[in-house]
Amino acid sequence: MSRSPRENSVKNAKSAGSRRREPLTDTQLLLTITICIFFVMYALAMLIWGGGFLRPQKVFDLLNDNAALLIVACGLTIVMISGGIDISVGGVIALVVMSCVVHLNAGGSIVTAVLIALGIGLAFGLVQGYLVAYLEIQPFIVSLAGMFFARGMTTIVSVEPQKVAHAGFKQLMSTKVEIPWLGYTAKNGNLIPARMEIGVVVALVIVAVIFVVLRKTRLGRSFYALGGNRQSALMLGVNVRRTRFCAHVISGLLAGIAGFVFMMHTGAGNATNAAGAEMNAIASSIIGGTLLSGGVGNVIGTFFGVLTLATIKSIVVTSGLTKPWWQSITTGAMLCFFILLQSVVLSSRGKGKAHMPNWLKGAAGKKE
Amino acid sequence: MENGVVLSMRNIGKSFPGVKALQHVDFTLRKGEIHALMGENGAGKSTLIKVLTGVYPKDEGEIYIDGVKDAITIRSPQEAQAYGISTVYQEITLCPNLTVAENMYIGRGKGIGVNWKEMERKAGALLSSLGIPARPRQQLGSCSLAVQQMVAIARAVDIDCKVLILDEPTSSLDDKEVAMLFRLMRDLKARGVGIIFVTHFLEQVYEVSDRITVLRNGELVCEYEVDKLPQVKLVAMMMGKELEGLDVIKKTKAGGEKAGKPYYEAEGLSSTASRPFDFHIAQGEVNGFTGLLGSGRSESVRAIFGADRVTGGKVRVNGKPVRITKPIEAMKNGIGYLPEDRKRDGIIADLSVRDNIILALQVMKGFFHPFSKAEAEKFADEYIKALEIKTASKDTPIKSLSGGNQQKVILARWLLTHPQYLILDEPTRGIDVGTKTEIQKLVLKMAEDGMCVTFISSEIEEMLRTCSRLIVMRDRNIVGELKGEELTQDHVMYTIAGGGN
Repeated sequence: MSRSPRENSVKNAKSAGSRRREPLTDTQLLLTITICIFFVMYALAMLIWGGGFLRPQKVFDLLNDNAALLIVACGLTIVMISGGIDISVGGVIALVVMSCVVHLNAGGSIVTAVLIALGIGLAFGLVQGYLVAYLEIQPFIVSLAGMFFARGMTTIVSVEPQKVAHAGFKQLMSTKVEIPWLGYTAKNGNLIPARMEIGVVVALVIVAVIFVVLRKTRLGRSFYALGGNRQSALMLGVNVRRTRFCAHVISGLLAGIAGFVFMMHTGAGNATNAAGAEMNAIASSIIGGTLLSGGVGNVIGTFFGVLTLATIKSIVVTSGLTKPWWQSITTGAMLCFFILLQSVVLSSRGKGKAHMPNWLKGAAGKKE
Repeated sequence: MENGVVLSMRNIGKSFPGVKALQHVDFTLRKGEIHALMGENGAGKSTLIKVLTGVYPKDEGEIYIDGVKDAITIRSPQEAQAYGISTVYQEITLCPNLTVAENMYIGRGKGIGVNWKEMERKAGALLSSLGIPARPRQQLGSCSLAVQQMVAIARAVDIDCKVLILDEPTSSLDDKEVAMLFRLMRDLKARGVGIIFVTHFLEQVYEVSDRITVLRNGELVCEYEVDKLPQVKLVAMMMGKELEGLDVIKKTKAGGEKAGKPYYEAEGLSSTASRPFDFHIAQGEVNGFTGLLGSGRSESVRAIFGADRVTGGKVRVNGKPVRITKPIEAMKNGIGYLPEDRKRDGIIADLSVRDNIILALQVMKGFFHPFSKAEAEKFADEYIKALEIKTASKDTPIKSLSGGNQQKVILARWLLTHPQYLILDEPTRGIDVGTKTEIQKLVLKMAEDGMCVTFISSEIEEMLRTCSRLIVMRDRNIVGELKGEELTQDHVMYTIAGGGN
């Protein structure tokens, strides 16, 4: 009596999978979609334009240019998961860059520059977090005020654009992490390794840390609970105020770090630095599967969101549309597409699910 | 404290400005018992629950709980939980985006990390021991409402609750889900949990409860073991009527004795909120929907007016088939609806009396054809005079009027549209006796002029005085139709309570 091998393997698979596979949660589903879209898009780019897209260095270039964006996007992902928003981060980056450049040019050390960056970010996070969480002011308004304030302060620190003249810092800027096995052989036979800036290493470490925080800590899960339903979170015993406060502090702190990384990439301070960075960060988070309404999102998705946005811009340029507005237009179109996709996917899985009908909510509200 | 008693509330009193919400209420909950807390709107059930869970501080009285020698003071829901008192509300207070297991354990315990494996193992064990059909790693939002509620109960059980309060847990569940919930409740009862069950559904009370406490007007009416209290008697207790000698109230002439041809007919009409029902009303007839709170009487008339999303049924107005899915379509068919919740669905608080009066007619005319100021003033003056609305002027914001006068303004709003069929849902709630009588007289007069009126009221006398036909509802179904000789309090109550029980 021999069973067919096929039958056996099915049986084994069943008994092995004692942990039953659950349908994906909303967060996992959106993350999967983002990753798939990124790879499909990148594969198409490789097929159509080849060249640069075929080399791993292309990905590192995208990361080198967008390390700071990735860092602030991580902060925004946390704030958005908890149901809030922080649009001050672009301004904070500009303020940090300008302050650090001026400090370095005045003979300051790199260590104190780092401390200044962290200090400014933390200060913005603390103040905004306090206003949002404890005084219960709309996060949009608070961070709008923060944005104007930071931009204004940047101009006060220096009206003129500044270039870093500090020798040690210049060396830090040009330091690259080399990965030989991802390199390629040039025509003259030299091996050119893949190069990654220090800022990218910082950004990747932050992505990893935030991933663990969101997944493995009580604080991280509280962000999700808060975004899912703030009233319920309160009833379940989550410290709602402290959690909201923490979200903004982390976002502010990451904006400070992003400022320093931004400076390591550009080496110059300018009042218009990182203009619109907050909007790019929000766009990246959304493309990465974070819902603006809160409760759903993932920092790995944000990583791919940043890469997707960068790749699209790169594709636009490669395809000959070099004028800057084309990048804006495609970004806008992509964002629209993603939001539509998210709402279609989420609402289609909502079908057949027992939603509380409106009249019931009303009836519950007016009960004695 | 007696043996086996897990919670004892003695002489509880609570006042709000102008109202005594609770007076000298005693409540005793024994170990392993399901205790139904019954009462009509405003009886004080919710207040009692809120005092017990620390939402409101009590003014007087003592609360004792098993295991604590002295009387305890509960200042917040968190403190209540620490004493082992958990509440599961009708509205789910969980996070739909988290997994089932997370919802059971979030916000509890210490430390910074989350041990997913341990949490899921514990959740899985508890869920299966309670027979709840949910998997720990499932996203909560993908469970049905009933299962979500059970997860909330599982969470409460895991916090080691001695007293579990279920506040209207069944109102959004279907029959199968209710059965599932009851199985769980019986299971918890066997584990020695004392359950306080608040509901409007009489049959459910008799299905699971061991004991019933009835409150009325903030006072304790009685506490009975369930088999010693027949359903009819329970209804009488809740409504505050003795069964004997009920029909002494002199019956004045009810409207619509000489009803004309049918104006409105519905067959199998249903909405998202109401089950399918048949209904008809003739010209010059006054009829009424009666039943306990939550029996579906308001939901039925809302379906007629298209106020909830209509899901099916055939409707004929004046013999012609029509489709009414939105209030504006009902209005165009000559139907007016005075809503139950005046503050929420009736008045526009900051608009003047005049604007509130012309609102419905203006909507029907269309907003691009506004009434001139002179026209609006004329309408307002006419009805302020006709209904004797007491207002400083027609430009006074409606929110500064008394409840009765606000109600008259809303009534004027509908009369101005000259409806053929007017639905009045609790038009006399919360207004003084004089105005009540005026409104009743007005209803009868309108019927005499050939208008049809559906009248809903919690006060049976009022219904008997005005209606010539009563449709009785129980647990969201029509269970009887009374007219003529049958229109007595006894009869109505027997029908509400369920036949010859």
